[in-house]
Formats: sequence, C-alpha cells, structure tokens
Amino acid sequence: MRVLSTKALSIIVLIVMAPLHGCSDIKPWVKPYERSNLADPIMSLSRHGAAGSYIHHVYQARESARGAEGGAGGGCGCN
Amino acid sequence: MVQKVVQEVVVVVTSSPFFKIFFRLLTIVNCLLLSTVGQAATLPPDSVDALYHRYEGGGMEIDGPFVLLRKSVGTQFSLNGHYYVDTVSAASIDVVATASPYEEERTEYSAGIDYIHEKTILSAGYTNSEENDFSADTLFVSISQDFFGDLTNLSLGYSRGWDEVGMRKSTFSEETDRQNYKFGLSQVITKNMLLGLDVDIISDQGYLNNPYRSYRYRVGAGFETATEKYPETRTSTAVALRSMYYLPYRASIKAEYRFFSDSWGVDADTYELQYVHPIGSSWVLEGRYRYYEQSKADFYSDIFPFKDSQDFMGRDKELSTFSNYTVGLGASYIFGKGAIAHVDRLKITALVDYLEFEYEDFRDVTKPSASAVAGDEPLFGFDAWVTRLSVTMEY
Repeated sequence: MRVLSTKALSIIVLIVMAPLHGCSDIKPWVKPYERSNLADPIMSLSRHGAAGSYIHHVYQARESARGAEGGAGGGCGCN
Repeated sequence: MVQKVVQEVVVVVTSSPFFKIFFRLLTIVNCLLLSTVGQAATLPPDSVDALYHRYEGGGMEIDGPFVLLRKSVGTQFSLNGHYYVDTVSAASIDVVATASPYEEERTEYSAGIDYIHEKTILSAGYTNSEENDFSADTLFVSISQDFFGDLTNLSLGYSRGWDEVGMRKSTFSEETDRQNYKFGLSQVITKNMLLGLDVDIISDQGYLNNPYRSYRYRVGAGFETATEKYPETRTSTAVALRSMYYLPYRASIKAEYRFFSDSWGVDADTYELQYVHPIGSSWVLEGRYRYYEQSKADFYSDIFPFKDSQDFMGRDKELSTFSNYTVGLGASYIFGKGAIAHVDRLKITALVDYLEFEYEDFRDVTKPSASAVAGDEPLFGFDAWVTRLSVTMEY
C-alpha cells in the first residue's frame, strides 16, 4: 500500500514539475517585430463583419450543419 | 528498498515513448497557460457597419438591411448592437408543393457588451428575432484570453435560446429551448501562418419541426401528405479547422474544413478556399470556393410507404442527402486615415456569390413522374445568387 502511494505521489509530482521545468525550452517563437504580415487586415479570419454574419445565416437556413463558423457571439437565434 | 523500487518504476514509466509524448504535451499546455509576455488584447474599434443583402434563387427572394454599431465606453468597455431585417417573398418548392406562396418579414435586434481586463475579454449579449409566426430570444456569454506572448488565443462561450414557434392565421404555439457550447483556439504558427480551431456543441429540446412542412406517403400510384413528425431533441457537434497563410507577395490564402455530425444521423463536410489580393493601398480583390455535402437524417424519406409508417417522418430537403457549391467574388475599396475627416478607415465592399444545390433523394413533385408512379419524379436542384453591399466606417 505504502509502495503504491509513494509511486502515485512520485508520478503526480513528475507530471506537475516536469512540464514546468520544460518551459525554458518553449518560448513564443514569433517575436512582436516579426508580426507585420500577421497584422495585415488581409490575414483576418473574419474580415467582413455584418456581411460575414449574413452569409453564415444563408447557409444555416439551407443546410443541416450549424456551428463552428468562426465568428464571435452567441448565434442568431434563428432556425 | 522501497525508494529504489519507486525510482526504477519512475525511470521505466517516464522513459516510455507514451510518457515522453505525454510530458511534451503537458509542457506545451503548461507553458501556454503560464506565459504572460507580450502585448495586451484589444477591443474591436468603434465602427458603423451597414449592409444591404439580397438572396435570390429557388423561388425565394429575400433582402433587407443589416446595421452593426460598436462604441467604446472608457478604455475597458465596448458596446455593440445590431438591427437586421429579412423581407421574404417565398414561392419555393416547399410552399409550391404543399402550401401557398407568402410574404413576410423577420426583424432581429441585438445588444452586447465587451469588457477587457489585461489579456482577457468578457462578452455578453442578447438577441431577439421576430416573425409573424416565430419568436426567438438568445442570451450569450463568452470569455477570450490571449496566451503565450499573444501567439495563442483561447475562447469559451455559452448561449441559451428560447424559441416560440407559431403558424400564420392559427393559434398553434410550441416552444423550443436551445443551448450552445463554444470552444475556440487560434494559434500563430509562423510569422506568415495562423491556425484556428472551433468546436460548437448545440443541443435543442422541444418542437423542432417546421409546422408548414409535410411528408408524403404512397396511396396507390399517387401520394398524399401529412404533417411531419420530428424527434423532440437534437444534439450536434461541429469541428472546424482553419488556416490562413500570407503568401511571399502581399496576398493571403484561407483554407477551411468543417466536420459536422448530429443525433439525427446527419453527417456533413464543408471545404472552403479563399484568396485575397490587395492592389495598392486602396483596393482588395477576393475570390472563394466552398463545397458542402451532407448525408440524410435517419427519419428522412422522399416518400414513405404509408401514413404513420415510422415514429418520426420528415421530408425537409435540408434533411436529405445533398451537396452544394459556392463561387464568390468580391472587391473592397478602402479610404485610409486622413482621407475623410473624423474617420479612421472607411471600407466599401461588394460581394457576389453563386450557389448551386443538387439533391440526391429529394424529388421535384411539381414535375411529372417518369413512370407515372409517385416517387419517380426528377431529382430537385436549384441555384441562387447572394449579393452583399456594405459600408464599414471606423472612427
């Protein structure tokens, strides 16, 4: 019983501590000064605001699939 | 002795390939959660977005305005609201086959608030949608957080909706409750590439039929119709993966795949490719292609053998096996800061999409059957044009 508890504790400590130790290996790999292309409006995943919401509505009314359209908010409440 | 056993066990366990991968994943997750280096998240800019939309096809004409407003209050709050109208003139296959053409209007209002604190944005809102035979109220909350030097954004959302379904010129009234759980993750992969993952789980309970729609069943060589019967619950899962790539010259490509599955037996796949190409600092041209396909619901049939032949029966073409594709083109003209007094940016956009639907087991009952027996009519299909004209002003 004691062996089991110690084993379990050791593994838990490893799970918690090992990843923290590994943080020194992983750092944000794209620096702020390298993000000019990403900041270009043509790289926005939802560029069209209301026009983008509208086309999702067109599809929702004619297809069974719904959701994961990528826009923010809580849905249009329509069927 | 006990310590030695434990050490050996730990060494064996942690040196196994599974644990190596497991620890690596844990490392990435822990580092993402602990990292706070970088710039703060931002609220959307103050803006007015006015859209005229028009849908024309399959016997339907729908158009109207859509206006979206955003205004910040202080440095931490942003309010938003929208007003949206669909004016519908419908003589689609569904109403031509079993009902009369109609005209109606749907009006939608929403109000929302965003609150920012360091790298976290909290949002909440309310939407109301009204038709003469349908009413829907929806409340939503969401939280969005930037991590890992702002290379990662995680968002979680929940919405709850209450619908009231009625019928024109009738006292018929039924209710539906809707719940939607959202998970979103976007990740900067390289200085030219973004990846987005979205998961939506939606659960409906209550009256899920369209009260105007009928199924048909065989009577001799012909058919008769009866009111559809749907299950009273439906749960669906949609998972979408999107990738945005900045090309070696100033242009971008978006690739998207969405998988969908629901408890009614419908599975669907959506694929989309988009190309965006600016010309100078004012013009942006774009083109897109979207393909969608789905399998039918378990209780869908174009024609049933006899009346009440199953517990549930549906003949909505949206529940049948079908595919569609969209080809879209668009152009935007942008006035930058200084071009117009008090306006940071003004964008005028025109988008035109052509859609074509092809059904595999939904037949056109307005056409004669080839064999003079019901169920042998030609398969249905239609095309449609969607036009969107918008003006977006940031100030």
